[in-house]
Amino acid sequence: MRQNVRVSTVNRTTAAASFSVSFTVGLYGIAFGAAGIAAGFSLIQTCALSLLTFSGASQFAVVGVLGAGGSAISGIATASLLGIRNALYGMRMAPLLKIRGWKRLVGAQVTIDESTGVALGQSELGEPAMRQGFWLTGIGVYIFWNLFTIVGALGAQAMGDPAAWGLDAAVPAAFLGLVWPRLTNNRERALAVAAMALSFGLTPFVAAGIPIISTALLAVAFGWKARS
Amino acid sequence: MEGALMSQLWIAVLGTSLIAFGLKYFGHSVPEKYLSNPRVLRINTLIPIALLSALVAVQTFGDKSKLVIDQRVVGMSVAVIALMLKAPFPVVVIGSAAASALTFHYLG
Repeated sequence: MRQNVRVSTVNRTTAAASFSVSFTVGLYGIAFGAAGIAAGFSLIQTCALSLLTFSGASQFAVVGVLGAGGSAISGIATASLLGIRNALYGMRMAPLLKIRGWKRLVGAQVTIDESTGVALGQSELGEPAMRQGFWLTGIGVYIFWNLFTIVGALGAQAMGDPAAWGLDAAVPAAFLGLVWPRLTNNRERALAVAAMALSFGLTPFVAAGIPIISTALLAVAFGWKARS
Repeated sequence: MEGALMSQLWIAVLGTSLIAFGLKYFGHSVPEKYLSNPRVLRINTLIPIALLSALVAVQTFGDKSKLVIDQRVVGMSVAVIALMLKAPFPVVVIGSAAASALTFHYLG
């Protein structure tokens, strides 16, 4: 935006990458919209999460925790731990974007996995292409994610009993789809297994939501030492 | 009771949104050297893995404070197979829902 984007100056490769990422990721919004309704959130609340929180994993986490009977506090805490990475993305993007005022507000809101990923992916094409990738992807995902959230939420409202339509399995399947590509080495796989075991072990004894957020301590323990 | 539940949900929606935006804006406003400590970066990569794995486990087997085996396990087995076959995300979610729904109707 700052670099005066005109259609003719937008790199085609960057625009194509931004659009395909925006649309594909936006489609996941259907799963989120349905998950929100299945967890007992209203249509407005589900849409508000996509408009205001705008961070997929955090949104799934808060509806997951409250849907399972967890408190607002444990839902917020779990979602916020998942949102820390966006702060790191912002720190990486700020020197590139050099934005202030309302542009920084907008830029911050669309700082997510995808906008950062596409921006970094354009590094060979130069900084203007990186900025275009950030803005096109960030705003593109925002539009499609919110549109498809409404589609999924309305669809789920029309369905009734979540279990009859398999929505009760669609939510954990969505979490699995989010974690699967992150399991790239043995330490990460061991952590995933340990986190599942800890959450099982705690479930009968503590309030809903606590078994999930407790596993953040496992992440600290597993990440404390550099890999030998 | 209904009203109390709704306000819990609104607190969760607005609280999550406020902190999510605060984290994003904070990132844009501080120099990169903060938080670029290798240990912080390492732990930050691992936190989503721990939380999402726990959510998979609890949402598949949890029922209030009990652990149960029901139609969701069938759905999740399909999700695992789909992911091993490198299926795209919508296929994973829809396949899992379809398998769970069929099991629910067949057994229920």
